[in-house]
Amino acid sequence: MIILYFLLIFMIVTAILAIELEDLVSSVVALFATGLALCMTLIVLKAPDVAIMQLIVEPLALLVLIKATLRRDLPFSLSGRWYVNTFIYGTFFITLFIVATKCFKDLPVFGHPLMKTTALLQQSLFKTGEVNLVSAVILKYRIFDSFGEAAILFVAVIAVLTILRPKGKKNE
Amino acid sequence: MSLIVQTATRLSVGFVLLYGINIVIRGHILPGGGFVGGIIIALTFINIMLAYGKKAGLKKLPKIMTLFFSTRGILWLFSLVLLSFVVGYLLLDFISNSDPFSFYNTGMISFGPIEIALKAATGMFAIFSVVLLLGYKDKDEDGEGVL
Repeated sequence: MIILYFLLIFMIVTAILAIELEDLVSSVVALFATGLALCMTLIVLKAPDVAIMQLIVEPLALLVLIKATLRRDLPFSLSGRWYVNTFIYGTFFITLFIVATKCFKDLPVFGHPLMKTTALLQQSLFKTGEVNLVSAVILKYRIFDSFGEAAILFVAVIAVLTILRPKGKKNE
Repeated sequence: MSLIVQTATRLSVGFVLLYGINIVIRGHILPGGGFVGGIIIALTFINIMLAYGKKAGLKKLPKIMTLFFSTRGILWLFSLVLLSFVVGYLLLDFISNSDPFSFYNTGMISFGPIEIALKAATGMFAIFSVVLLLGYKDKDEDGEGVL
């Protein structure tokens, strides 16, 4: 638990750094530190599949962010609309605090899982032949969800290729 | 990029690619899976592109191959889902699942991660190359830049 609290505090600090740093590359690196600490947190919570996903997807997103922000100063305005911004921030934080307080009351105690997965654990190997329960759920019980996810990624790729193409069809 | 980066990339990129293929193939037994392995495979090509320039990266994985593998992966997955509609239940697999730790233990779903990996790798590489080309467009006209 001490390791978990240390990692959570580290994540909060690096996330604040990623927001507050003025240099864009430094803030991207701070964001990467946040993701790495999140990966270690998932390993502490015994979820290696999600940790691998976090560890692998993070560098890719980081590369895209670096390519998007390097040698390009984005306009950042500090003046004007103080009252509106402060009101929006205050409303958001008050709402978040109220909702989070209600959610934390309903959470189970740390280490006691919410779902009863004993029957699934016992029957999964004989029903599907899968040793890894995560793969059994993803590829057998929930194959339609996997297909939907893959379709979303495919559509996203096609949309990015369409929107960001260097030349329009009329200009060729 | 400098000579040090190019040499390190040339020496290490094959092992990274092998690691990605290993994660894809063993993904249904060990932690990992198609999406993660596919992104590792995409990162190898992105590494080549960053170290040697965009022409070398696009030479290794051309645009037509990218679109072909991406479309092929989504069509294979769609055929799997359609088969499950027709047959009724994917758990009734016609490839035997006798040995729990073998490659074919899960039946034809064992081929699912490979197609997901192809689709994820080519899709991510396509997105990155497009963002790279777009970034070069308003900065360097020759396109042979560094990170």
